[in-house]
Amino acid sequence: MFSYLNTLLYGIYPYIAMVVLVVGSIIRYDREPYSWRSGSSQLLRRKQLMWGSVLFHLGVLFIFAGHFVGLLTPIWIWDALGVSHQAKQTLAVVAGGIAGTMGIVGATLLVHRRLFDPRVRAQSSSTDTLIIVLLWVQLFLGLSTIPVSIAHIDGHEMLKFMSWAQGIFTFDLSASSYVTDAPIIFKLHLFLGLTILFLFPFTRLVHMLSVPVRYIWRPGYQVVRQKGDGSKANRAPAE
Amino acid sequence: MKVRAQIGMVLNLDKCIGCHTCSVTCKNVWTNREGVEYAWFNNVETKPGIGFPKEWENQKKWNGGWVRKKNGKIEPKMGPKWRILAKIFANPDLPEIDDYYEPFDFDYGHLQSAQEGKTMPTARPRSKLTGERMEKIEWGPNWEEILGGEFEKRSKDVNFEGIEKEIYGQFEDTFMMYLPRLCEHCLNPTCVAACPSGAIYKREDDGIVLIDQEKCRGWRMCVSGCPYKKIYYNWNSGKSEKCIFCYPRIEAGQPTVCSETCVGRIRYLGVVLYDADKISEAASTGNEKDLYEEQLKVFLDPNDPAVIEQARKDGVPEAWLESAKTSPVYKMAMEWKVAFPLHPEYRTLPMVWYIPPLSPLQSAAQEGKLGMDGDMPDVRSLRIPVRYLANLLTAGKEEPVVSALERMLAMRSYMRAKTIDGVIDETIAARVGMSSQMIEDMYQIMAIANYEDRFVIPTTHREASEDAYDIRGSCGFSFGNGCSGGNSKADLFGANRRKVVQTPTDIFKEQV
Repeated sequence: MFSYLNTLLYGIYPYIAMVVLVVGSIIRYDREPYSWRSGSSQLLRRKQLMWGSVLFHLGVLFIFAGHFVGLLTPIWIWDALGVSHQAKQTLAVVAGGIAGTMGIVGATLLVHRRLFDPRVRAQSSSTDTLIIVLLWVQLFLGLSTIPVSIAHIDGHEMLKFMSWAQGIFTFDLSASSYVTDAPIIFKLHLFLGLTILFLFPFTRLVHMLSVPVRYIWRPGYQVVRQKGDGSKANRAPAE
Repeated sequence: MKVRAQIGMVLNLDKCIGCHTCSVTCKNVWTNREGVEYAWFNNVETKPGIGFPKEWENQKKWNGGWVRKKNGKIEPKMGPKWRILAKIFANPDLPEIDDYYEPFDFDYGHLQSAQEGKTMPTARPRSKLTGERMEKIEWGPNWEEILGGEFEKRSKDVNFEGIEKEIYGQFEDTFMMYLPRLCEHCLNPTCVAACPSGAIYKREDDGIVLIDQEKCRGWRMCVSGCPYKKIYYNWNSGKSEKCIFCYPRIEAGQPTVCSETCVGRIRYLGVVLYDADKISEAASTGNEKDLYEEQLKVFLDPNDPAVIEQARKDGVPEAWLESAKTSPVYKMAMEWKVAFPLHPEYRTLPMVWYIPPLSPLQSAAQEGKLGMDGDMPDVRSLRIPVRYLANLLTAGKEEPVVSALERMLAMRSYMRAKTIDGVIDETIAARVGMSSQMIEDMYQIMAIANYEDRFVIPTTHREASEDAYDIRGSCGFSFGNGCSGGNSKADLFGANRRKVVQTPTDIFKEQV
């Protein structure tokens, strides 16, 4: 039973979550472009958002990049670069700890604001509330793994997760076996992470995919649309 | 020279009675939806006052509009692009809804359902944001109506710049005017420049500035970028919204709702031809006091054959060229120079212009002390300080405003002489640099203000830009996703979105 669940949650669920993430996002972008937005509530209440949002976003973005690089860079590259497992684990604990603290302080402010500010609360959809709470819990779980990681500062636990993550992306059918005996706190963190990916297209998180970096090299400042150019999508015949 | 046409607007403040019909009809048509109850695409402010939202003209506070850098180029006052992006998580330049007002409704139902009691039942306010009872309404869209509130607070109005404002707090010296405001549909809009998604655009054919609701991601930089604070964030949909210049009406040759319903007949709509290549040069003029005159140089004479020829090459339809010749906006802004842009110092080159109001003579009560300039009263003795109007309309340059007020006074003197004394007094016209024919035209358009003189709007040539054959039958009764076929060219579900039928319009387009 345990092995069955382990395979389901860490061998099969990642694929389900990622397919939902990709296909769900494409469908939403294609069919419901009007719903694709950041959903900012700054207009309703500035208080707590200025610090909360900046800390949260910076922290989470840093952690996101850290997980991406840390989990998916093949081990031989680290070895080739001469980064020992212990050094990598130490870096992950320190940098992740700082960013995670920033993230959770921000998220705490945002959760408090979302739940206890009457204006923001009244105008929150259930997914708005759900996703910020889940992100808070995820940050909490992530930070809670630090003591365990410090106990295994030689990095062998970390290697398991790298093998698992890379196994998932390389269709290694035994990927789930790498995390079978991982501490429960890590397993919860993994499961919740996958769940957030699963929920991604149904929440405001999709605004991540619209990071407006192109703005930096958009030529000039002004945008003029010509008569009858192709950008008038609503003129396409409905089917 | 690249000729483009825009439907511009002029508001004759001399005739505005502050009735708010424009605001109310606009709201009933465009912003009675959830999320934009607080938004007024058109609102009427009593000046002097801090306005709506609070202190919108104070760009030290809100960082709207453009600034000229040392190298002579302009950039949004919010900062260069990277700086704007850095504000994306939390935008310090964004007003809070309390700077507008907390939207509310009244419990009208209570008036009908209240139990019998000693006192009359009342309809108490309830917040539209939280649904909770509001014990006190702190602010509203027109809180300073007819000089409401203390002078102390109203005098934060930045148009008092360079004026000894204390004396205007005295009852005897007080003055007021109405200022109806809407999106300026600028030639150099900062909202467009500040939008990281590129969702805001200016239409080439009629100059209307619109927000693509499907591309808007709610980064809310446009709200800060617009110095007139005429972009509103819909807190329900998470998208920004703005005055659309009633484009469905304009396209059909009808005036905007605010113009159509104006009981004072103060609004004018007409085509203005302008040279798109001169926009950036005009917007980055060194001395901000010259911005008004520099903007005039961007406009083109619709009777000049060279302009007409180039306009045809640039695809301006013939009907638009004809309308441009009889445009009341062109006449008032360019020929008579009685209309001015609102706050040209923001460098946005706004396209909704204002005729400054005349006002009662300041010292009329003091017998014999009337400041006279020949037979005409000196406009500097009018109750509204010229400097105040100049701060509002010409970045503080008084001469153009003085000239416009004198021309308006001259029109009155001339017509009074003509209709009462039966005398055509050419000298009155000559003194303000006009001919009697110009004065008569001015009288016809500004005083009589017939419907067809106020609104000279050519219809949009839809047949050249869309395909009626395809639209026929494509969107009638629709459910779910409405008429939107989605954003992308490829279809996720295999339906072919490419047009397969070659229609007469397609063939026409290929030929052109």
